[in-house]
Amino acid sequence: MATEAHAAEGVTGYIIHHLTPLHVGEGFWTLNLDTLFFSAVLGGLFIWFFKTAAEKATSGVPGLVQNFAEMLIEFVDNQVKDSFHGESKLIAPLALTIFCWVFMWNFMDLFPVDILPLIGSMMGIEYLRVVPSTDLNATFAMSISVFCLIIFYSIKIKGPWGFAKELMFQPFGPWLLPFNLLLKLVEEIAKPISLALRLFGNLYAGELIFILIALLPWYIQPVLSFPWAIFHILIITLQAFIFMVLTIVYLSMAHEHH
Amino acid sequence: MSINATLIGQMITFALLVWFTMKYIWPPLFDSLEERKKKIADGLAAAEKGQEEILLAEKKAKGVIKEAKLQSSEIVNLAQKRANDLIEESKDTAKQEGERLIVAAKAQIEQEIQQAKEGLRQEVADLALNAAAQILGAEIDKAKHQDIISKVSKQLG
Repeated sequence: MATEAHAAEGVTGYIIHHLTPLHVGEGFWTLNLDTLFFSAVLGGLFIWFFKTAAEKATSGVPGLVQNFAEMLIEFVDNQVKDSFHGESKLIAPLALTIFCWVFMWNFMDLFPVDILPLIGSMMGIEYLRVVPSTDLNATFAMSISVFCLIIFYSIKIKGPWGFAKELMFQPFGPWLLPFNLLLKLVEEIAKPISLALRLFGNLYAGELIFILIALLPWYIQPVLSFPWAIFHILIITLQAFIFMVLTIVYLSMAHEHH
Repeated sequence: MSINATLIGQMITFALLVWFTMKYIWPPLFDSLEERKKKIADGLAAAEKGQEEILLAEKKAKGVIKEAKLQSSEIVNLAQKRANDLIEESKDTAKQEGERLIVAAKAQIEQEIQQAKEGLRQEVADLALNAAAQILGAEIDKAKHQDIISKVSKQLG
């Protein structure tokens, strides 16, 4: 991809340049350094903020930091309570992490498309794709982790045999076993794929539109990018929210007996 | 746009984040929330209880005030009665004292009258004796005629 970006100049070159990650390695063992770096930094920021709040947590009058952290905690907790009726120490912190982390990934989209790559290029970094959620690896990493948890909890709660029975005998009873199995497998596998692709697609398209707007003459740019950015504030929150809620729903389905 | 090893790195980061959140972030914040909820609920309950107590105390205070009013009016009545009694008593005492004074004065007057009478009688007797002595010369012996003199002086009283 790097060579293509060099070859293609002009508009296409600009776009491809913006959507090419900074990477090392070849084939599968390629590492997208920008995705890893930005998501780690954002994750660190998330941890730092909440750790600060948690250290100062008091049941008395909360400070500004604690107030904000508690607002998020309560919001997530309500979501979890609404759709999940089991007992789990993992699911609420998981949902909080997903919501905040995805939101911060997406938030990177609101930085002007050229500013961070420009700073990067000043430091000798040729490619920089700053929004981790425009990288399929990031979104799939999260959704596959969630998928693993779904499988883990399905087996843990229903037992291996119970889970296998559910895969084989539902929804049409034992006489249509292969058909059931196929249907169930598709249903299960569709979960991580839809989670990852929904987030990726939304953010990739959003970023692409920002890039296209950046290609227009400067006097048209604000007229278009301002409303799009405002609209995007909704999108990034919504996508983070959807990812979180679907995770909770999937995990609560894994906890339920049919 | 291809899946590569970044996926694994991201999964590790994600797992670490979730683990850290679960272990160090969620419990203290959530506990403080729960604790505050409990505190607020307790506070509200206490406030309600306090209000009830205020009502009770007000009722009690009203009762006490009523009783005090009753008692005070009773005391006033008693005092008035006592004052009347005192007045009556002092009136009686004064009357008695007056009467006593009058009696004493009368007695004194009587006594003085008696004294004066006695004096006068003595004087008259002396005068009579003197006169008789002068008339009769030395004929009358005072000791001899004592009886007559005292008889006369008695007639004078």
